[in-house]
Amino acid sequence: MTRSAAAIREDFRAIANMVADGSKVLDVGCGTGELLQLLRDEKCVDGRGLEISSDGVSACLAKGLAVIQGDADRDLADYPPLRFDYAILSQTLQATHAPKEVLTHLLRLAERAIVSFPNVAHWRVRGSLMWSGRMPETRALPVAWYETPNIHLCTLRDFTDLCAELGVEIEASAALYADRPARPMDAMGPFENLRAEAALFLLRKGR
Amino acid sequence: MSLVLETPVDGPARTLRLPAPLRLDSGQSLEGVEIAYCTYGTLNATRSNAILICHALTGDQFVASTNPSTGRPGWWPAMVGPGKPLDPDRYFIICANILGGCMGSTGPGATDPKTGAPYGLSFPVITIADMARAQAELVTALGIDSLFLVVGGSMGGMIALEWVKCFPERMFACALIATAARHSAQNIAFHEVGRQAIMADPDWRGGDYAKLGVRPEKGLAVARMAAHITYLSEQALQRKFGRELQSKALSFGFDADFQVESYLRHQGQAFVDRFDANSYLYITRAMDYFDLAQSHDGRLADALTAAQDVRFCVLSFTSDWLYPTTESRRIVRALNAAGAQASFVEIRSDKGHDAFLLDEPVMREVLDGFLASAAKARGL
Repeated sequence: MTRSAAAIREDFRAIANMVADGSKVLDVGCGTGELLQLLRDEKCVDGRGLEISSDGVSACLAKGLAVIQGDADRDLADYPPLRFDYAILSQTLQATHAPKEVLTHLLRLAERAIVSFPNVAHWRVRGSLMWSGRMPETRALPVAWYETPNIHLCTLRDFTDLCAELGVEIEASAALYADRPARPMDAMGPFENLRAEAALFLLRKGR
Repeated sequence: MSLVLETPVDGPARTLRLPAPLRLDSGQSLEGVEIAYCTYGTLNATRSNAILICHALTGDQFVASTNPSTGRPGWWPAMVGPGKPLDPDRYFIICANILGGCMGSTGPGATDPKTGAPYGLSFPVITIADMARAQAELVTALGIDSLFLVVGGSMGGMIALEWVKCFPERMFACALIATAARHSAQNIAFHEVGRQAIMADPDWRGGDYAKLGVRPEKGLAVARMAAHITYLSEQALQRKFGRELQSKALSFGFDADFQVESYLRHQGQAFVDRFDANSYLYITRAMDYFDLAQSHDGRLADALTAAQDVRFCVLSFTSDWLYPTTESRRIVRALNAAGAQASFVEIRSDKGHDAFLLDEPVMREVLDGFLASAAKARGL
């Protein structure tokens, strides 16, 4: 899975703040392992990764990270239930073939899921489509429509609807920006769907 | 401590004679088993830095030193040596000729103490697990309770998998390269071609050729030629030879017109100079019998549950059609289900199965990273 270039550092910092020290973490779509490295070095987590590209996995392994080359759509089923404290899906959900199944798997194999994605309802995206009449290219969605790996883009509202449908409880959420620190938000708040460039959620299975 | 016979051949080479009979999967037991091995580097004070390298079908114990019978340098120069991932300046490295082999360990070419003549076909059929058990005796004799790493490519990976199943508490990490947890129908089929070639050679003499002073060289060479094709990718063969001719014109006969024919004949001939035909029969049989999950009704994860504290690195190569990536994925899936810490990457290479023996920079970097983090966790 390819992460959008923008919003990445702030995304990682915000995720690290959600993760408890010394916990067991699976990073799905871990790329070249920056987040796992950050979590290992700053949070002493026991981290594992799943990454689709062999270059990404090789880079992770060279850093001493435990990463498996595989596909979030196909290989999450192999993990036993509640193997991890957190399953992280950072800027990857929109690139999966079956986001609903992936989300269900995350909350099967981990106590909590941490999910982030670009918000297509952000005012820049809306404005770009409205004024140019073309597929938006913004700093959170920088790739042209014919090259983007993003096949299941959604808005903040779409995502909270899906969580409700799946009985998933939102424990915390934050708005992410490319150029400034994450801002805690109430995902149901009236203007967040317009204001959040990307969104980050801490989720757990509803009881 | 067991008795260790020290008979240096080429620097670090030694032979261990097992003090007790080795019990085999077949139900038989083998007396006076000898294991020829090489070591490189120094065992540390806590005996925690030992690495066992398991060699492939036609490999030997001379992983990083000159093979005295062929005069050729060690077979894994890309991976073993100072500054390489398996560094004798850091680790104590052990490589033993497998049980059934023909480079000094007991095999069908060895003398049967009961008759004073070579075993031939009276040698018991052995398994990959028997090979691992013989190695475990050696590791014990060297005073090592727990290995830092067991690593193997191809059949060596199968032996390493048997270590995982039989002795998970005696290993800290495991690297499985270009291997499989079972032999496929195609794998068995190619081996059967090789065995039939050997047994069809009139000089095989029902396996008794050694007593009669002859060797089934033609059959063994054909077996090697057929096997060698499976070690290379179609692309690598095509790039190396294409339809290039040995001389300027076709001979309109059955000489080696094409360079690829000449290459294969050379491979076959070079092989008979260093390998024993009966060893080839026994080792290929052991590989065909190999199916790690068989004792667990085909559930590979169940066979690996005891290994959840072992760290794994599994590597495959894109163009390897002998032990393709699907087989490595099957191992990784089972390790995941068993809860073990596993890493896996499919390395891009067009060199086929033999890529694991070559200098593949990605393989080196990946193993370097894997070993560095494992060594840190082990306190090395």
